Amino acid sequence: MTETTEMPAIRTFRSDAGAPLDPELRSIIARFVVLAVLCAGVALLNENFLSVANFTNVLRQASLLFLIAAGATLVIIAGAIDLSVGAILTLSACVAAGVIHATGSSGLGIATALAIGISAGLANGILVAGLRLPPFLVTYGMLWILSGGALYYMGGIPITGFPREFRFLGSGFLLGIPVPILIMIATALAGSVVLHMTTVGQQMVMMGANRAAATLAGIPVRRNLICVYVASGACAGLAAVVALGRVNSADPGMGDPLLLPSIAAILVGGTSLFGGTGTLLGTALGALLLTIVLNAMNLLTIGSAWQPFATGIVLVGAMLADAFLNRRRS
Amino acid sequence: MIADVARISRLRGNRSLNLLPSKALGASVVLIILVPLFGVFAGGFLSPHNLVNIALQSSILLLIALPMTLVILTEGLDLSSGALLSLCGVVLALLLVAGYSIPAATLAAMAVGLLFGILNGFCVANLGMPPFVVTLGTLGMAQGLALALADGNAVSGLGPEIEAFSAFRFFGLPVLVLIAIAAYGIFHLVLYRTTFGRYVIAVGGNAEALRLSGVSVRLVHGAVYAISGATAGFAALCMIARTNAGHPTIALGMEFDAIAAVVLGGTSFERGNGWLFGTVLGVLAIGVLRNGLNLIGVDTSLQLVAIGALVIAVLLVERLASERSA
Repeated sequence: MTETTEMPAIRTFRSDAGAPLDPELRSIIARFVVLAVLCAGVALLNENFLSVANFTNVLRQASLLFLIAAGATLVIIAGAIDLSVGAILTLSACVAAGVIHATGSSGLGIATALAIGISAGLANGILVAGLRLPPFLVTYGMLWILSGGALYYMGGIPITGFPREFRFLGSGFLLGIPVPILIMIATALAGSVVLHMTTVGQQMVMMGANRAAATLAGIPVRRNLICVYVASGACAGLAAVVALGRVNSADPGMGDPLLLPSIAAILVGGTSLFGGTGTLLGTALGALLLTIVLNAMNLLTIGSAWQPFATGIVLVGAMLADAFLNRRRS
Repeated sequence: MIADVARISRLRGNRSLNLLPSKALGASVVLIILVPLFGVFAGGFLSPHNLVNIALQSSILLLIALPMTLVILTEGLDLSSGALLSLCGVVLALLLVAGYSIPAATLAAMAVGLLFGILNGFCVANLGMPPFVVTLGTLGMAQGLALALADGNAVSGLGPEIEAFSAFRFFGLPVLVLIAIAAYGIFHLVLYRTTFGRYVIAVGGNAEALRLSGVSVRLVHGAVYAISGATAGFAALCMIARTNAGHPTIALGMEFDAIAAVVLGGTSFERGNGWLFGTVLGVLAIGVLRNGLNLIGVDTSLQLVAIGALVIAVLLVERLASERSA
């Protein structure tokens, strides 16, 4: 699951003379191999796995997971954590659903979801970066504030049925490809460009690898932290739009089961929890891997109660594998 | 400077400085404002029946919050304890239904909790993994196991023994309250009167000095999570006694109340500053808040919002205060 290369703390700035393969590339290749082996294994156990219908379904599910994990990946690369992504999705989806039902406007609904995501991310960013509160506690408190808010807003009754054009983003097709998959590819590309090809992206990697050095080097650490939290909130808002379109229903529990898999996908994707290393492509592969595991459990008719168990095992297993194979921290 | 004096006095077991109410400012303010307020506006809040109710609710929360205080003293977090409590409750209930005695079933539940706690402790202390992610993973594992073992339903029909146990009173105090008081006593002695307790405080305060003085920091650090898991297993007995069933999702989210109680009680996530009795005040504050808001008809959802906002507010005040004193 994980490569055995030793990674220097800030490998982005290293010229890769001498190294036969960029460690990041190796890590991605290793994940592709694991993915291929997993697919082959599941396909042997169940012939339905490789059917177009099932595989499209897997990709759609993975795209939702990726969207919610993408922004959180940036947060972790920059050396912090966002535990509130699932709750941001819930509140964005619920309020957007309410707005669509009240006004009938799909555009307004999308704008609401994004606005709530961005404001929640901004609140996280200001509390963590501006006021220097511990990130895990702030975003954990925010998790309960947001999901409590969503519960209150819905009053126990789900909102179902949305206009066709709104559902397009979650369940439509463009050129024969499901729209969520296109959104996933676009988000991954945009995020990767920012992370690898812009100054801000390099600064994020640097401050994740060594916050003190980054501060001394004059990197605007606080501004960048606020930016990654806003990006994470915006991704969760976008994921809310996709989720609403897909399931055609908003309920205050919809984001709860997504937090654990999103963190697991990030970890499986090779992003270090200590910041400074990680890629969005890795997170996409991690999301795909996790979704295939859960899909295989469905196909093999293993009860859905075991899904959080399996996700937890994957998360802890990925960490153990990482620790034993890398031993980067003593 | 003051922090140093407080630390030294705590390490010497001198509690005079620790009894400063300002240390549990959040909990004190909440209690001082809310108790009279609910007494006036929430009908029946001060009735004996309701006060017993608060005490019963708080006693289970205290059993989760006491080990959480130790975990937070080591600058960690245990998100799995609510799910573990649920899982151990299901295990306990299944064993009782199968005809095992209460002590045997409780020991088995504690063993399950201990196993998860050891896994948490190993990942955090030996592998240096961030505690909130490790315990998020074990949260998922415990929750899934609980649901699978209970087949999604509550395990009931536990027999007359558990009813007799929960009805037991001593000088008018329900057995759960007695257990909570005893648990506080034990944790207090362990934290303030044993070498292990001093090491726990030092892990969060200055792990490097501890390591240099030849203490196995990893063992102490990991043991804190193991204690948290085992205590969650024991708390399952109290939960079963109160609800008379093992429900696989009953305590999901209870870790948040426990963390809030510890934070309100003045234990800080930085530098291992803490006060165990503050956690008792914090638990009471959460108990009063939830009970009073229930009585005046405020929805559970808004209680979550209120507690979350309270936690962030306390962190904010602490941050501003520490910046002023710096």
